[in-house]
Amino acid sequence: MKTDLRHPLARARGLGSAKDGAGHWMLQRVTAVALVFLTVWLLCTVLSLLHADYATARATLMKPWNAVLLIAFVLTMFRHAVLGLQVVIEDYVHTRWVEVTSLVVIKFIAVLAALTGVLAVVRVALGS
Amino acid sequence: MAEFTLPKNSKIQAGKHFPAKGAKNVRTFKIYRWTPDDGQNPRTDTFEVDLDTCGPMVLDALLKIKNEIDSTLTLRRSCREGICGSCAMNIDGTNTLACTKAIADCGTKTVNIYPLPHMPVVKDLVPDLTHFYAQFASIKPWMRTQSPAPADKERLQSPEDRKKLDGLYECILCACCSTSCPSYWWNGDRYLGPAILLQAYRWIVDSRDEDTGNRLDDLEDPFKLYRCHTIMNCARTCPKGLNPAKAIAEIKKLIVQRRG
Repeated sequence: MKTDLRHPLARARGLGSAKDGAGHWMLQRVTAVALVFLTVWLLCTVLSLLHADYATARATLMKPWNAVLLIAFVLTMFRHAVLGLQVVIEDYVHTRWVEVTSLVVIKFIAVLAALTGVLAVVRVALGS
Repeated sequence: MAEFTLPKNSKIQAGKHFPAKGAKNVRTFKIYRWTPDDGQNPRTDTFEVDLDTCGPMVLDALLKIKNEIDSTLTLRRSCREGICGSCAMNIDGTNTLACTKAIADCGTKTVNIYPLPHMPVVKDLVPDLTHFYAQFASIKPWMRTQSPAPADKERLQSPEDRKKLDGLYECILCACCSTSCPSYWWNGDRYLGPAILLQAYRWIVDSRDEDTGNRLDDLEDPFKLYRCHTIMNCARTCPKGLNPAKAIAEIKKLIVQRRG
């Protein structure tokens, strides 16, 4: 066992409070509420397109409100996913370099995926 | 990483069996045993106890075993009425106080008794609570005021404000809740855990305390406070029937409230 001659109180106080975390906590809940509505809308839209042909689907997506809501869904969903994954990694991954690397990697992946999603919607919406 | 298997030297082995000869009303207790002195792995010893000559509580059975069967069985106990919190242990799969848990209320035929989960073991049923107590000290659990104390009387509190301490002041710091919390298992070095956060809220909500802002500052931290994921094991296991998860939620609400 490693000898630790620090007082237990020094260990308990550690590096002190980060004075942070409330923003993360609130954003996770706000995005969750937004996702309830956006997911219901998305499901309804997708179900209404069952058996529709490509042109109909494309025309539906080209409507401004549909495009806006789909972009909102993509951004909110990835933001919420990153917040959640961050908590899971902080909870379970205790090897510092693996933890930091995974926290950065999930952010990179989420940003790229979100941008890809947005670009796809924009291209369809603008008809290019 | 989170640990899903026990380290080699913590794997539990089969132990000794102590039958109760000639007894008619027998209950079996399987008890975790480990001593730092012999270099052996932990084991579970099985004790048969004659309930006709034993008190009704699990603590009575443990003391009967210690007095009459194996005096090396080691446990903490003091008040035997659920107010000191010394005899907190895992009985029949739930953290609780041995002195207030009736043997008749244990569901399984063999009553399993282990020390509080995921704490270093000192010996047998005695966990090392050094860090837990240090975390309690770290929240400075006493009244902090800027105004001088009234010269000739105590600081007054209205009956309504006193009521806000109900459900909080009863906490005896037995550590049942904190050691039942998976977040505390995985991140107990930094996460304060339900017991300490409930105690912190007890001072935050006390109308006589004048340091609420600093108390919230000290708690607003991704690990100290926000590792609580409302798993609710704390409220389920509390032998005093308190709800630490609610106290933690109130702290989170206050932190949001002061942001605007």
